[in-house]
Amino acid sequence: MLTKEENHHRRNVSEKFAFLSLRLSLFLVMFILGVILYDITAKGIGVLSWDFITKMPKTGMTEGGIFPAIVGTLYVTVLAALLAVPLGVASAIFLNEYATQGKITRLIRISLRNLAGVPSIVFGLFGVALFVQIMGFRASLLAAGLTLGLLTLPVTVTAAEEALKTVPKSFREGGLALGATKWQMIRTLVLPPAFPGMLTGVILGLARAAGETAPILFTGAAFFLPFLPNSPFSQFMALPYHLFIMATQHHNISAVRPIAYGTAFVLLAMVFLLNLGAIILRYRYRKRFQR
Amino acid sequence: MQRFKEKSVRYFFMVCGLLSIVILFGIFYLLLNSSFPAISKVGIKAFFAEGYWNPTAFSGPQYSIWNLIKGTFMVGAGSLIIAVPLGVACAAYLAEIASTREREIFKPIIEILAGIPSVVLGFFGLVVVAPLLSRLFNIPTGINALNGSILVGIMALPTVITIAEDAISSVPQNYKHASLALGATRWQTLRKVILPAALSGIIAASMLGMGRAIGETMTVLMATGNALANPSSFLDSVRTLSANIAIEMGEVPMGSVHFHSLFFVGLVLFLITFVINLIADLIFQHYREGA
Repeated sequence: MLTKEENHHRRNVSEKFAFLSLRLSLFLVMFILGVILYDITAKGIGVLSWDFITKMPKTGMTEGGIFPAIVGTLYVTVLAALLAVPLGVASAIFLNEYATQGKITRLIRISLRNLAGVPSIVFGLFGVALFVQIMGFRASLLAAGLTLGLLTLPVTVTAAEEALKTVPKSFREGGLALGATKWQMIRTLVLPPAFPGMLTGVILGLARAAGETAPILFTGAAFFLPFLPNSPFSQFMALPYHLFIMATQHHNISAVRPIAYGTAFVLLAMVFLLNLGAIILRYRYRKRFQR
Repeated sequence: MQRFKEKSVRYFFMVCGLLSIVILFGIFYLLLNSSFPAISKVGIKAFFAEGYWNPTAFSGPQYSIWNLIKGTFMVGAGSLIIAVPLGVACAAYLAEIASTREREIFKPIIEILAGIPSVVLGFFGLVVVAPLLSRLFNIPTGINALNGSILVGIMALPTVITIAEDAISSVPQNYKHASLALGATRWQTLRKVILPAALSGIIAASMLGMGRAIGETMTVLMATGNALANPSSFLDSVRTLSANIAIEMGEVPMGSVHFHSLFFVGLVLFLITFVINLIADLIFQHYREGA
């Protein structure tokens, strides 16, 4: 039988030990992230130079830069945004402003959540079937961009809806009370204050699209092209695909390892900057309507 | 005129909102439609029979996806074994123990982890984790199911942490106060009251993590070795459903049985993740209504 003090002491020790191990798990995750970022940065940053990001690959991609891959990724991401942003914002406006909460909105939300869980490679297959074959775009920037756009749609809708939800109800009621129609009210009173929040979501969606490889594998990304894409129907090089090739498919993998590291670093930096931008934007606007 | 405009705006938003349902069904329909020629030629039974995936064999091609499914679930389960305990520990720490300041620092960092493109993680697995495993287990290469599990586990971590944290923080404060008032320590309260109350949310988080892990393509493609043999341990090279599509889709002649059978593989992958996500969704609904 333990005395009261002994029991108390034991409980305290076990609590300290338990909390310490929980804290250590968090530090372990941070450590893993740190190792990943450190490894890519340390070995990638040395490869980085003005030429590396502005020149074409040379001599069987064993030398030269990754310029066409950067440009391709920018193009395809912008194309994805052109599809996902208007559609996502419009869906969010319907869900949050027009629809009465019932069976239809529930079905839409379930679809969105499931769409978010559809594997990216399945989106790739869907892109092949719909855009490449049925619509006849062939493997192209357009087909890949549309595929990526659909992939990011759930992220955009969710973010846009969150943003709409932060706008106080009184804004809407005030507008309607002054005699504005519903659309006038949404356009002038709801959308402007929701804009920064939506932008955050869009940026996060784009960051995801820019890093995706599987959906563009067969919808338009090319192994190597000696020129930049000149129309939406051209094939293109992309950073994530370029990294994949440099890491696993190139005929001389060990020789191009530095280029692979450089590509990984540029891709990571791009995604990281987009994420950072979104986080800062959200942090600045988060407290706007809280009182 | 005004009323007509209002109505058409409303319909426009409704159509956009309904589009996500259309896309989800469209994905299912096109996958089914494109895999139909393979299903009728090969037969459902042959796909699921024990055997090998070897569609290009000169005499008697085989289409069994048995080993692919096995590989997929090995990596899925392996990654959960890593991601769930670690993720829930982090979530418990963030929700119950961390100070507000700590939370504000760690949560964006976890988002950064979520933002790392899968191809970069795959590259990391290839150049850092593989040599490590090969030395640790004294095997010729560290590119195997274990490597894939570790990386996909890291990938699934942010999903598990975010959703589990949500579940833990939405446990009513009364439970906690009642437990503390009865003289339980904070650790006893966390372990015996809060975590059990959040269990359904934690399970849902694990399911979503599983969904992500099973659908993940680039990381497993680069880190698991993609052998078609029947794997007997985690130190064997495995090929997952997703990787199989990624490897073969680019080289297969369009319209062949092989081409269509890859759509069938996509359909199976889609259905598996769909069911997993749906279960997670149902659990969510359940605990939201319960709370």
